[in-house]
Amino acid sequence: MTMPVPPYRSDLPVGRRGFAQLVRAEWTKFRTVRGWVITVGVVALVTVFLSIVGASGSRGTFCNGSTCTTGHPPVAIGPGGEPVADSYTYVFRPLAGNGSLTVRVSSLSGARTTSIGPPNTPLHSSLQSGLAPWAKAGILVRKNNGPGSAYAAVMVTGSHGVRLQYDYTHDTPGDPGPVTASSPRWLRITRAGDAVTGYDSTDGIHWTKIGTAYLTGLLTTAQVGLFVTSPVSFVSESRRGNPSVATASFDQIALRGDLPAASWKGEQIGAADIYPTVPSASSWHQRSADAFTISGTGDIAPLVGGGIIGTDAGESLLVGQLAGLIVLIVLATLFVTSEYRRGLIRTTLVASPRRARILAAKAVIVGSVGFFAGLVGTALALVISRKVLVANGNFIFPLTGLAQARIIVGTGLLLGAVAVLALALGTALRRSAGAVVTCIALLVLPFVLGATLSPSASNWLMRLAPTAAFAVQGTEPRSALVTNAYTVVNGYYPLSPWAGLAVLCGYTAVAVGVSVWLLRRRDA
Amino acid sequence: MEATIEVTTLRKRFGPIVALDGISFQAGPGQVTGFVGPNGAGKSTTMRVILGLDSADEGIALVDGQPYLRLSHPLSHVGSLLDAGALHPARSARNHLLWIAYSQGLPARRVDEVLEDAGLAAVAGRKAGGFSLGMRQRLGIAAALVGDPPVLILDEPFNGMDPEGIVWMRGFLRALAAEGRAVLVSSHLMSELEDSATHLVVIGRGRLVADTSVAELIGAASEGRVSLRTAARSQAATVLASAGATVAVTGSETLTVSGLASERVVFLLTEATIPFSEVSSHRATLEEAYMELTRDQVEYRPTLHAEDGR
Repeated sequence: MTMPVPPYRSDLPVGRRGFAQLVRAEWTKFRTVRGWVITVGVVALVTVFLSIVGASGSRGTFCNGSTCTTGHPPVAIGPGGEPVADSYTYVFRPLAGNGSLTVRVSSLSGARTTSIGPPNTPLHSSLQSGLAPWAKAGILVRKNNGPGSAYAAVMVTGSHGVRLQYDYTHDTPGDPGPVTASSPRWLRITRAGDAVTGYDSTDGIHWTKIGTAYLTGLLTTAQVGLFVTSPVSFVSESRRGNPSVATASFDQIALRGDLPAASWKGEQIGAADIYPTVPSASSWHQRSADAFTISGTGDIAPLVGGGIIGTDAGESLLVGQLAGLIVLIVLATLFVTSEYRRGLIRTTLVASPRRARILAAKAVIVGSVGFFAGLVGTALALVISRKVLVANGNFIFPLTGLAQARIIVGTGLLLGAVAVLALALGTALRRSAGAVVTCIALLVLPFVLGATLSPSASNWLMRLAPTAAFAVQGTEPRSALVTNAYTVVNGYYPLSPWAGLAVLCGYTAVAVGVSVWLLRRRDA
Repeated sequence: MEATIEVTTLRKRFGPIVALDGISFQAGPGQVTGFVGPNGAGKSTTMRVILGLDSADEGIALVDGQPYLRLSHPLSHVGSLLDAGALHPARSARNHLLWIAYSQGLPARRVDEVLEDAGLAAVAGRKAGGFSLGMRQRLGIAAALVGDPPVLILDEPFNGMDPEGIVWMRGFLRALAAEGRAVLVSSHLMSELEDSATHLVVIGRGRLVADTSVAELIGAASEGRVSLRTAARSQAATVLASAGATVAVTGSETLTVSGLASERVVFLLTEATIPFSEVSSHRATLEEAYMELTRDQVEYRPTLHAEDGR
């Protein structure tokens, strides 16, 4: 009954079969489920929509006397174009041409407010003694007393010794150690054209040159004077700073050069500035021809955000991003768990028995989808939410084109890496619910915890958790010359953008490794 | 016979349960090999091992002389249908086949050909979620044929098919074998394989029960049996039984007699003046042959047995 039949030979041409074919197959799977394609759009739209909602909720109000308007107090812009704090008590005289000023600082003391109130409310009654580390008292040469003017200064500080600083961002240390009555400091500043040189001395006889600053745009007649200021001070582990005040005693004042004005003049620089200060804490008192006592509040340094001035430090963008991310996590997980649920994974593995390659091809698809959704969503969310924030009167730090590109591309990469992480977890757990919950917990919980932990614990968490990658969205400037709570609640991430992204990629790599191992080891 | 599926002493346990206990068989070209056994006998597990999805604890499964995992273009060697429900319900039939074709570097044109072959061209654009089980089986067959393979492995392809579909499937399987393909078809119902299988591999409790051609099996089951048609059923049975025959009632007027030659049956009935209208040598159905074969298996059925498909 059975006749020998020659074995079947197909005349179908043999197709190319490499990784590219696998990626094409997985892409075909993805694009042919309409719900998934729509979800990619949802990821981007949710990000944009919630960012705008978040930005709309943030309103800046600026009160001048009893009239309040939408907006924010003026922000000084330094010679380098960056926002700066430029507020202090200033006792000065014009200086025509070259000259020098020498003083002795015999004491520096300070106090800070015990509660944080809205700006321009009297807080004198609740001052507590304590000198801010970056409280400053010293002498300076300045182009004029307009906001953000070029300057060079020599100063004693609360706990950073003598410094030569100029144009807000430049800093050279001098003699270390604090100023006391038994250990006063002599400071000297000389001007020769555009060059301003600073010196310090512990005895008024032996002088040490600290450095020379070359100021741009200095006119023949500049200003030379004494100043005292004291920045927002952070009690240990607090997230918001308290405005503070510092008081210094100057004597042995010696001023040389062509002095057009006969007497000293005092002024509160930057009184209506955005920088939080102790209201009406500034005063100056000339004790004799060559001795002053001066109190000041404010800072002369780069402006930083978050804990100091409380601007929208990217929260609105982050909120939108996290919402979009949750949708993406569900999508990326389903891309593999739906195959497990229906047994389709067997069809997949029969068509391509090399299991690591299947996971790699799927990772290429969800990674690209995540990158694309992140890129488009973030680009729109960033641009629109910043416009909304500005329209609502908020101060936001300017972003260079490069920084914007870093945020947009970096967030795209972040979403791509998260999608691959979700895929790997889905493969390892083979169930949607468990994988989605795990992945969301990894990316949302650190933010929740970070908001409740102390700044140092929060920063450790943000170094170690996959959320480190959100450093790619950091917009707030940081400065070693300013004490601040540089933590995630204030929009600061402890790692650099790319190092943070690398932490997330590390998690993703481990998850992929484990899921490849399980995929190879388990029966399908 | 050139073996195209070659399974040698496969053993596999799932925890305390022995799923495969030394299964060996071959399925050759030009044959529809029926792979038969009760639910839980280990048919699906064997197929998954052949396809490299499950790993056996012991033994080798080869396709075209190679382990499945070593095949460079697997779907051009073996087409398989394990579970007709393994579909994304939102994906159309055509798109389901399209990703399979692309994974093998085959063009979309090939998809249209197999849709035509499986009789699904008219519903190609419809979401597979709306398909009846019978249509899903056809789609599964189409998927198995995408690579135009010389070997086909089909797990319970008759499940959920209407009578018309079963007839189509039988004819389709015969046609595939006639082209020289090796077709391994599992079923827990022997009757489904009637008129299509030419060879049978029967397993029970993870063990091989029989590996035989259908012709031999039916021949053996038919041997020495006589079909008898008579209006006096009980008298005939009494007479024949007292002469040493085993008599089974198969209908209101029919008996199957074994242990006596047909000439002897005619003689005894004539002598006893019992009327009869027909005496013929009996041809067993595949179902009867199978029941005969597995009677012992059923009697000694263990309380513990591996669940097919877990």
